[in-house]
Amino acid sequence: MDPLSWTGATGAFLNPIWTITVACFALAVVLQIALSFFAPPMTLQSNADGTLAVRGGYLGGIERVTKIAFLAVLGLSLAYAIAGILLPYGTGGIVGIMFKRFVPVWIALIAIFAVSIHYKRSLGLYGKLFDSTVGMIGFGLVMFWVFTAIFSGMFDMLITHNPLSQVSGLKNKVPGVPMPDASVGNWPHYLLGGDNLARDIFSRVVKGSVIVIAIAPLATLFAFMVGITLGLPAGYYGGRLDTILSFLANLILAFPVILLFYLLVTPEIVATGIPSFMAAFLFVFPIVFFGVLLNSRYYTQPSKRNPILIVILGVLGWLYLSLVSQDGTVLNFMPNWLDGFDINPGILVVFVSVVFVNSPTVYRIVRGLTLDLRTRDYVAAAQTRGEGAWYIMLWEILPNARGPLIVDFCLRIGYTTILLGTLGFFGLGLPPESPDWGSTINEGRKLLLIYAHPALPPAIALLSLVLGLNLLADGLREESLKD
Amino acid sequence: MGLFILRRLGVMILTALCLTFIVFWLTNLTPNLEKLAKTQGNFRMSDDAVTSYLTNRGYKQALPVKYGQWLGVLPGYEIADADGKVRRRCDDGRTFCGVLQGEWGESTVFKEDVSKIISKRLGLTAKLMFWVMMVMVPGALVIGVLAGMREGSRTDRTLSTVSIISTATPEYVSGVVFISLFATGTFGMNWFKGTATSAMDNANFWNFFLPVMTISLYGMGYIARMTRASMTEVMTAQYIRTARLKGVAFRTIVLRHALRNALIAPFTVIMLQFPWLLNGVVIVETLFNYKGFGWTLVQAASNNDIELLLGVSVVSVFVVLVTQLISDIGYVFLNPRIRIS
Repeated sequence: MDPLSWTGATGAFLNPIWTITVACFALAVVLQIALSFFAPPMTLQSNADGTLAVRGGYLGGIERVTKIAFLAVLGLSLAYAIAGILLPYGTGGIVGIMFKRFVPVWIALIAIFAVSIHYKRSLGLYGKLFDSTVGMIGFGLVMFWVFTAIFSGMFDMLITHNPLSQVSGLKNKVPGVPMPDASVGNWPHYLLGGDNLARDIFSRVVKGSVIVIAIAPLATLFAFMVGITLGLPAGYYGGRLDTILSFLANLILAFPVILLFYLLVTPEIVATGIPSFMAAFLFVFPIVFFGVLLNSRYYTQPSKRNPILIVILGVLGWLYLSLVSQDGTVLNFMPNWLDGFDINPGILVVFVSVVFVNSPTVYRIVRGLTLDLRTRDYVAAAQTRGEGAWYIMLWEILPNARGPLIVDFCLRIGYTTILLGTLGFFGLGLPPESPDWGSTINEGRKLLLIYAHPALPPAIALLSLVLGLNLLADGLREESLKD
Repeated sequence: MGLFILRRLGVMILTALCLTFIVFWLTNLTPNLEKLAKTQGNFRMSDDAVTSYLTNRGYKQALPVKYGQWLGVLPGYEIADADGKVRRRCDDGRTFCGVLQGEWGESTVFKEDVSKIISKRLGLTAKLMFWVMMVMVPGALVIGVLAGMREGSRTDRTLSTVSIISTATPEYVSGVVFISLFATGTFGMNWFKGTATSAMDNANFWNFFLPVMTISLYGMGYIARMTRASMTEVMTAQYIRTARLKGVAFRTIVLRHALRNALIAPFTVIMLQFPWLLNGVVIVETLFNYKGFGWTLVQAASNNDIELLLGVSVVSVFVVLVTQLISDIGYVFLNPRIRIS
């Protein structure tokens, strides 16, 4: 097999057009920014048919040019994709093949967008997201990685090679390098080249999304459980409870994150079992949260409450005990037939430290919102009705604080992703051969000045996911403020 | 005002004591000490030898006692080992020798006084931070003010998108992208140096630009967004509307009327960015091989250099707490509504 070029045979035809269009677009953007400082402010002019047109003159013209050029760039990029999907292998180059590998993701994305846009009026805040361009772009980026993680993690699709297998002769080879023995039914190329252990970078980046998508939202969810369970009473009752909890939260917040990671995520500390005890402590909060949530709702109807609580607490309790009890750590008390699962101790430590770092910030946000909301009329009404304190906190205040909390949840998943990357970057916690993006960047940076290609794809992947989450949060904030 | 500062100082000292105690406890856990004994003695030491090594050097005392000695509020130990040799914590006959007396101990990796190492490395990091501040603060304020002065305009949306992108780019991503773009031949733009080692003695534009930009970029977006939020809030205030109705030029409104009130909140945010900046410093110094404070932290932590790690932690906790204090006091001082009442 021949080595692949980036755009293959289609590139010979499309590349010049694409370059010219992008140059036009860039020029138009620069012109538009320059003009916007000098142009007269926005004007409305009425047309003959009774409609209003915004902005005329040079600025309006250049805006139209920008829009057309942008659409042209989009259309041409789509042409690369379609050429890669339809034409035979290799004609579309590396870009075309990668587009083709991601076909299941594209189908899933198109499906979810089509369904959501069709039913957006009946989907609440989620549906409103599809009114904002920024929100849609963010949602698209996030869902791209979510589907990538689902398809590659659960069905082993998308990847072209085993992310851990090494092929001799492909060490640090540039993107598009052919396999030495293409005859054995292997995929014939390393699409994004090989890393310094001769593994396929493309497959590693795709597989790395599984770790990030699995850990980051879950860790954020746990941090929210801890923050909400502690923040609501602190804000609602105030007084000494608030003082003590806020002092503790500030204590953790004043700790430089990186120092905390270096102190918590080392083999010596793991050997003492401190992370296991922290896990045992932090993972109680979801159980407490759901227990109190359901109990405060149904405690007037014991016949309904008891079965619900028994089932929920039973399942959660079993999950908790299986999670906390780990082979090879100090906490190993469950007999094997009952212990449902053991997760990788490295991942558990990383998970615990990320939850630990995030929860004080969530606590502060929830406390602040509660302080604001507890003076509202509906809280006074509930108090007059004689509702319990936990009912008011969880069923009156919390639902009304959901807007800012949902937005912060999106932002915080992004922040957690960055923290996970930081841990990987310093080689802390996760096993060294793990394909997560932080570890891959860490591997790649050591030879960065000689071979730039191994570190770039995971860096761009991480950037796009975090950017997607931030844009999604921005879109949600904008849409939730509208009503 | 005086009472407020006093109370904040009290809380700060309490926090500092708690935090240093936690760090002390975590670094002095038994596995760490055993590792220390084995690296300092030899790796095939028997368990008895490890125990006597640790006992003779005072590591087997109770944790609060050790912490007190390290802090310098309890008298240093004097321990005679089996063959009568007396080991003392304080070598020159003093009773107290701890952090408070300026005795920070000796680094086991660099074989040098911790205080000397830290002051040297802090100087290097201060140089980096100075340039980061010179790039980040004005850049962020300009972006924030330009975006916030006309809310919803195209400039606003463009600049807000730019700041979102910059907050989504952690240092290890932007550093890697910058190095491969501008410091290698991959994209034909080999303009800057990919390491900053030479910048320690002789910093110039070519070896210092990339590390400075890498740190500034991540913080810049956040400060810019805060400035924008504060600016849009001020621009909807009554007195700005009055000024507009009076016919004051837009430029004058922004520069003379709005800016002063809009910059109070960003001041707090900039001060509170220091813990995050410390994070960035550690990443960038590792990535660019600039041997400053962050690099020292990584070296101390990965080589189990207990005294050095403690020293580094004390300094970083101190920096964080002092900036928090300054931000609190500064907010009260800058805000006339609070200052006058």
